[in-house]
Amino acid sequence: MAEAKVPAERPLSPHLTIYRPLLSMMMSIVHRITGAALYIGTLLLVWWLLAAVSGPGAYASFQSAAASFIGRIVLFGYTWALIHHMLGGMRYLIWDTGRGFGAAEREWLLRANLVGSILLTIILWVVGGYLMGGLR
Amino acid sequence: MSARPSNMRTPLGRVRGYGSAKSGTDDFIRQRLTAIANIPLTIGAVLIVISLIGRNHASVAQILGSTPVAIVMVLFIISVFYHMRIGMQAIIEDYVHEERAKYPLLILNTFFTIAAGFSAIYAILKLSFGV
Repeated sequence: MAEAKVPAERPLSPHLTIYRPLLSMMMSIVHRITGAALYIGTLLLVWWLLAAVSGPGAYASFQSAAASFIGRIVLFGYTWALIHHMLGGMRYLIWDTGRGFGAAEREWLLRANLVGSILLTIILWVVGGYLMGGLR
Repeated sequence: MSARPSNMRTPLGRVRGYGSAKSGTDDFIRQRLTAIANIPLTIGAVLIVISLIGRNHASVAQILGSTPVAIVMVLFIISVFYHMRIGMQAIIEDYVHEERAKYPLLILNTFFTIAAGFSAIYAILKLSFGV
């Protein structure tokens, strides 16, 4: 099969730019972006585990990086991306069963996904903050 | 199709009428299978991580290596990294159409997820077996 050198200018099907942004559409995009971010973020998980296995020195440098201002921002974002992607995944699993497609349920699921991810992230960090000060 | 065609029929024409190949949905099913597994495993892993915040190295190494924690963490890593490989493959296939870029990226995706996943599993098992 020979390939044409210059692709002909053909009309394209409507794409993102032509639609009014809808919550379901934005949440679909965010689901993919958080998935890609978590992919990169697993390097932090691998770093943490390898630091733990390498010894106290390596673990101390991981801890100081994680506790730094930038470290905390990255980890907070990582927590939110993880929770958001997990709740989004549950939403898609519900939709996979063919349920929740009515206008009201659909919007409720999307809002619950967004609000739930923010609330759960804050709760986890408040709990984590208490443990940071307490347990040893 | 680099092979010399033995006849004038198109590839589509040759397979039409035979029905589906009974495959091609593997990634779709495994993405959902790992997604379901990821829910309890992520909750477990998050609880483990939270309980380790602020602890010193000796304590973290001991808890991570304890049998129930190590098992949850290894299962979490297997399921998450498998899920991740499928997800990133879908992203690459959606946006990268140039074959010279697409195939190296797909290969890199597999290499990265296996290398990172096995590093994590190795670390946990080493802590657990204490070698």
